[in-house]
Amino acid sequence: MTDETKRLVLTDGSRLIAESCVRAGADVYVGYPITPASLIYAYAARRFPTILPAPDEITALQWMAGLSAAGRLPVTATSFPGFALMVESVNMAYMMELPMLIVLVQRMGPSTGTATAGAQGDLLLLHGVISGGYPLPTLCVADLEDCWRLPPAALRLAVEARTPVVLLTSKEMVMTQRSFDLARLEDIEPVKRAFYEGTAPYRPYQADESLVPPFLPVGNDSHQVRLTASTHDTQGILRHSTDEALSNTRRLQAKVEAHTPVLYDLDEQREAETLVVTYGITAGAAREAVADLRARGTPTSLLVARTLLPVPSVYYEILDRYPRVVIAEENLQGHLARLLFGHRLPEKVRLVTGIGRMIPPERIVQEVEAK
Amino acid sequence: MSAFLTTTAFPYCKGCGHHLIDRNLVRALERLGLSPLDVVLVTDIGCHGIADKVFATHTVHGLHGRSVALGAGIGMGTPPGKKVIVLIGDGGATIGLQHLLEAARLNVDLTVIVHNNMLYGMTGGQPSGLTPEGFRTVITPEGSPFPHHDLCRLVLDAGAPYAARVIGLGDFSDVLQEAVDTEGFSLVEVLEICVAYGVKRNPGLRLKELAKEAGYETGVWRGDPRPPLRLSLQEKDSLLEMEPVAVRFTSPLGKRMGLVVGGSAGEGVQRAAELFARAAISSGLHVTKKGSYPVTVGVGFSTAELVLSRQPIAYHGIDTPDAVLVTSEDGLRHEADRIRRMERGTVWVDESLPMPETGAEVRVRDFRGRAGPRNAAIVALLTFAHETGVIPPEAFAETVRRSPIGKRVPEKALRVE
Repeated sequence: MTDETKRLVLTDGSRLIAESCVRAGADVYVGYPITPASLIYAYAARRFPTILPAPDEITALQWMAGLSAAGRLPVTATSFPGFALMVESVNMAYMMELPMLIVLVQRMGPSTGTATAGAQGDLLLLHGVISGGYPLPTLCVADLEDCWRLPPAALRLAVEARTPVVLLTSKEMVMTQRSFDLARLEDIEPVKRAFYEGTAPYRPYQADESLVPPFLPVGNDSHQVRLTASTHDTQGILRHSTDEALSNTRRLQAKVEAHTPVLYDLDEQREAETLVVTYGITAGAAREAVADLRARGTPTSLLVARTLLPVPSVYYEILDRYPRVVIAEENLQGHLARLLFGHRLPEKVRLVTGIGRMIPPERIVQEVEAK
Repeated sequence: MSAFLTTTAFPYCKGCGHHLIDRNLVRALERLGLSPLDVVLVTDIGCHGIADKVFATHTVHGLHGRSVALGAGIGMGTPPGKKVIVLIGDGGATIGLQHLLEAARLNVDLTVIVHNNMLYGMTGGQPSGLTPEGFRTVITPEGSPFPHHDLCRLVLDAGAPYAARVIGLGDFSDVLQEAVDTEGFSLVEVLEICVAYGVKRNPGLRLKELAKEAGYETGVWRGDPRPPLRLSLQEKDSLLEMEPVAVRFTSPLGKRMGLVVGGSAGEGVQRAAELFARAAISSGLHVTKKGSYPVTVGVGFSTAELVLSRQPIAYHGIDTPDAVLVTSEDGLRHEADRIRRMERGTVWVDESLPMPETGAEVRVRDFRGRAGPRNAAIVALLTFAHETGVIPPEAFAETVRRSPIGKRVPEKALRVE
């Protein structure tokens, strides 16, 4: 009766995230406990080559920045209250161009809210979190396979673009256990790290057409490395607002836009008039809703966004093809909808939102059918 | 010019003590026989922080008050032999006091040089946590009403192997040299008076007198030597080395089913539901198991939601359950709304509980009595399997027996009665 090709287990997303991070080359986990991210911390302690318990989230991010500057590839996981403390340091790491991964596990706010209730309430925070409005690359997991595939993609981006990256998820994705076939998991290629090997003096912020300056750890024996959180020239020297310094700051945005992979799932059905758009934990409900609608004879298309920031322009091309768009997400405001369209939604856009429990498929079905 | 410097023109106000700190530091580094690339200088916001551009070492310029934590990360990540030196002001030491204490506690290999000029200089002369009582600042023209922190004592208490306080006059490079040479955490607090704001508001005040009056004792203190924190990278086992569940049973389940188990924290509800989920897999089903409980996991309700299906489950929420098992009063209270809304399906309640209001069929059973409250959820799930046939009771009983808790679950809990 047993299918020998399968390896069926009961697992949660936390386990897959921790394992895939290590396989991709992350070597230090800096932890500070917070529900609902603590399970990732627990798995990380069992798996990461080094685990460091930080005394608070500001320290956690500062340690990560220091470790990253020294050539390590650090990971942490937190939830809004902890992320709020990290914000200034995330800006610092962004400006210093230090690779690292922050897994942000959403829970219901505001403030401490309900620690053990999931949510999708932090996207707009991430959208504006870098002072000046620069994009902080954000990928979002929609199912257990994503918990395996996206951490390596996020770490690759962090290294290749020299930037902090956020992996966005929520309580129900990392704490709910599901039957899962481990045989479905693909091998993970470790992220390759390349350090500057030139003989010319190293300029830590001198980028070629890739827009990403080569990396070299502080403390190396070959070249001086200067890193700074303040506006700086290509050498890493503080400058008020010289042309070179401003051009360096502008590069940060262009760099992230050029390197962030555009990841999404598009399941289009011919003759569909409605496109359901969703991300993260609501993707499960949206998939069931769309399957249900199709079974009832209502052609419907589905876009599951994995790259959330910077917003991929292809999303607009897809959205433009449909006379009706239903955006489903677990918050009151419609964060993805506001991100895409601002505060005046086009007539054709309808929202399915809510807090306190996952959006059920029936509500999405209702909204698609309510013409 | 020293190999450690890119220029001799320091960027500070005329007469500022920071000049002296930088010069003494260079002297100390030279005497230690270090090369500039052996040193990582970590600075932050404050006048002292603009020093980085005059140093030919590695330099990292971070956030106000966070340089000790940033330096700690660098210190942990760089190979032994590299010297991480953190320059911080009295304002930065105040905002980042926690980082100082933690770096000392963990004995991170770095040296902190505190530029204590008694106030926040860069922002106009406001008082910090190191401003002495009576010292006049722009915010406290009558004199600061509060005593200052004693940083040296604080870091020594936290476990620092080395702490020193010096008057920022003349040659104090020997103290800096000793601190940098210390394996593990060291701190040197250098006393100064800010020439821009401190001198102006406290005319005639001499540094030595101020230190004496404020109780700023100078000296060198040594804590117990301890090995510094070094990162060790360990190979660990894959998290995917889990025993797969073999499909050995069958289930007659037709349409998808939502099952809720409501009980009390500490009574094994989550573990029982997890084992039931594994039994469902062994019966050829797809399953999800969601837990819900207050943050205080040892008290109050504990609810487990199980979705069972022949098809893969994309959405694992249960709005109106098909079946509810209630094993305790906490569970009944927490699930009361959901049970009340049920118009069909079945609710099983422990015989000790009041009958719930509901449109569902209610079955009263003994869950808590048979093998004690800690096994009530197991008894309830076994009863559910037996009475519905959704999965064979044996599939569940066997999963429990083979689990890590199998030995402590009495056989009577696993017998269908």
